[in-house]
Amino acid sequence: MATDEILQLLVGNARLTSGEIAERTGRPEGEVKKAITKLEKDRVIRRYKTVVDWEKMGEEHVFGFIEVRVSPEREVGFDAVAERIMGFPEVHSLYLMSGTYDLLVVVEGKTMREVAYFVAERLAPLDHVISTATHFVLKRYKVDGDVMEERAESKRLPVTP
Amino acid sequence: MAETRSRIASRVGALPPSGIRRFFDLVEKMPEAVSLGIGEPDFVTPWRIRETAIYSLERGHTHYTPNQGTRELREKLASYLARKFGAAYDPDAELLITVGASEAIDVALRTILEPGDGVLVPQPCFVSYVPCVVLAGGCARPVSTVAEEGFRVQVEGLAQADDGNARALLMGYPNNPTGATLTRADVEGVVGYAAERDLLVVSDEIYAELTYDGSHVSVASVPGGKERTILIGGFSKAWAMTGWRLGFAAGPAEIIEAMTKLHSYTVMCPPTVAQEAAVEALEGCEGEVDEMRREYNQRRRVVVNRLNAMGLTCFEPRGAFYAFPSIASTGMGSEEFAERLLREEKVAVVPGAAFGDCGEGFVRCSYATSMSVLEEALGRIRAFVERVGE
Repeated sequence: MATDEILQLLVGNARLTSGEIAERTGRPEGEVKKAITKLEKDRVIRRYKTVVDWEKMGEEHVFGFIEVRVSPEREVGFDAVAERIMGFPEVHSLYLMSGTYDLLVVVEGKTMREVAYFVAERLAPLDHVISTATHFVLKRYKVDGDVMEERAESKRLPVTP
Repeated sequence: MAETRSRIASRVGALPPSGIRRFFDLVEKMPEAVSLGIGEPDFVTPWRIRETAIYSLERGHTHYTPNQGTRELREKLASYLARKFGAAYDPDAELLITVGASEAIDVALRTILEPGDGVLVPQPCFVSYVPCVVLAGGCARPVSTVAEEGFRVQVEGLAQADDGNARALLMGYPNNPTGATLTRADVEGVVGYAAERDLLVVSDEIYAELTYDGSHVSVASVPGGKERTILIGGFSKAWAMTGWRLGFAAGPAEIIEAMTKLHSYTVMCPPTVAQEAAVEALEGCEGEVDEMRREYNQRRRVVVNRLNAMGLTCFEPRGAFYAFPSIASTGMGSEEFAERLLREEKVAVVPGAAFGDCGEGFVRCSYATSMSVLEEALGRIRAFVERVGE
């Protein structure tokens, strides 16, 4: 239960110190520190990341969602081909899916052309890849639980009973 | 010429404006102020509740409902009260849906009081308790509670304030402004006293869901409690639905029936859209409520810890979303403290005296505000306290 709360706090803000977490959860700082070290050691906490709004830096980022149909290989199924796909740095995420296609590859590039090239030159020609269908992201509304557009907060009266 | 008479009825003219009012005016002129003076959640109503309201409007559910509130909401409320408050109510005869807990308090008092009846009111308390008693023709008998007892009402205090003319006891735990909660023993003591003196208890338990240590003990859940209690609650706090204006009263059939009569003449029924949304609140929002409670609890620990560290001694509030630190160490009165803090550091807190005489020497700090705002405000309060202590 306490570990849950520590994790939830870190997921919200990875920069919280053990002291701050201790204060918020009402546990001794040493205990919090120990719990976090253990979570890191057990690889429950894999790493600490920063969520960046690249558009504010004036950088274009294009995401393509590529549906890939694959003929599975004997013994290794989809894993071997997945392994080859995820090795490319352009691949942002990769999922094995149920339904009408097998792998969902999220590709990140600076331009649509860059993403399209990657699919045509790298992805489609791979052995066992039967077909690809590329969908470009037009707008990101909510990503990993974060709503992208900041909205004005609803105003409250400054003093109320 | 005939002697001109005031156009304002004397009983209204004589009511003092809320102690918060003057402060509100000051803060409003200072848009850059950081406010810990807000008595409502900073969270927006959970989306699934808002979405239900939109659907209700889309289907054109825009008409009156029965005076007592929709049958569906009363049924859901009855099972919720049985589950969370440990008290079984008949949705047909013992529940009334009101326009906020505020209406429930007003209607309850007007229903049970004869002119001159005494009402014991433990203080510090919500600002409208005493005015509501007065407007209902009663005489408020303040019952002091103290920080050393965690601001919990005690039988001795009740007996001291009771002049033998008391008809009812009006109290709110978890408490606004102190954050105090009552233990089971406290509640049993209070109910025992009420039984001995044959008092009705108007128990405002709107902050029940925001209880952090242990679980809420409803006055209606202890032996002998339910039959003499008008239990009041609402959706504003736990579900962050202040602007929807929806509350309820639960009590003996005879009293609820009489309250419904009054309520039907004054407000007819609560807003239909809010009632339909409230069904979703009771049914599908436990996760959201837990999440908000967890966040309040984290802020509570930070606020209490920091206030104590800067010498503003603060007993541990176990409910609601307020801390009520003593400002004795600064040598100032609560009005002076709050006003200077506002002018010099642009932080708004509410003087404790606004909640009754025994609130003097304390200020109310609401932590229904984001952690970043709290951190900023607490930093400024510390700077202020250090400066005036030099």
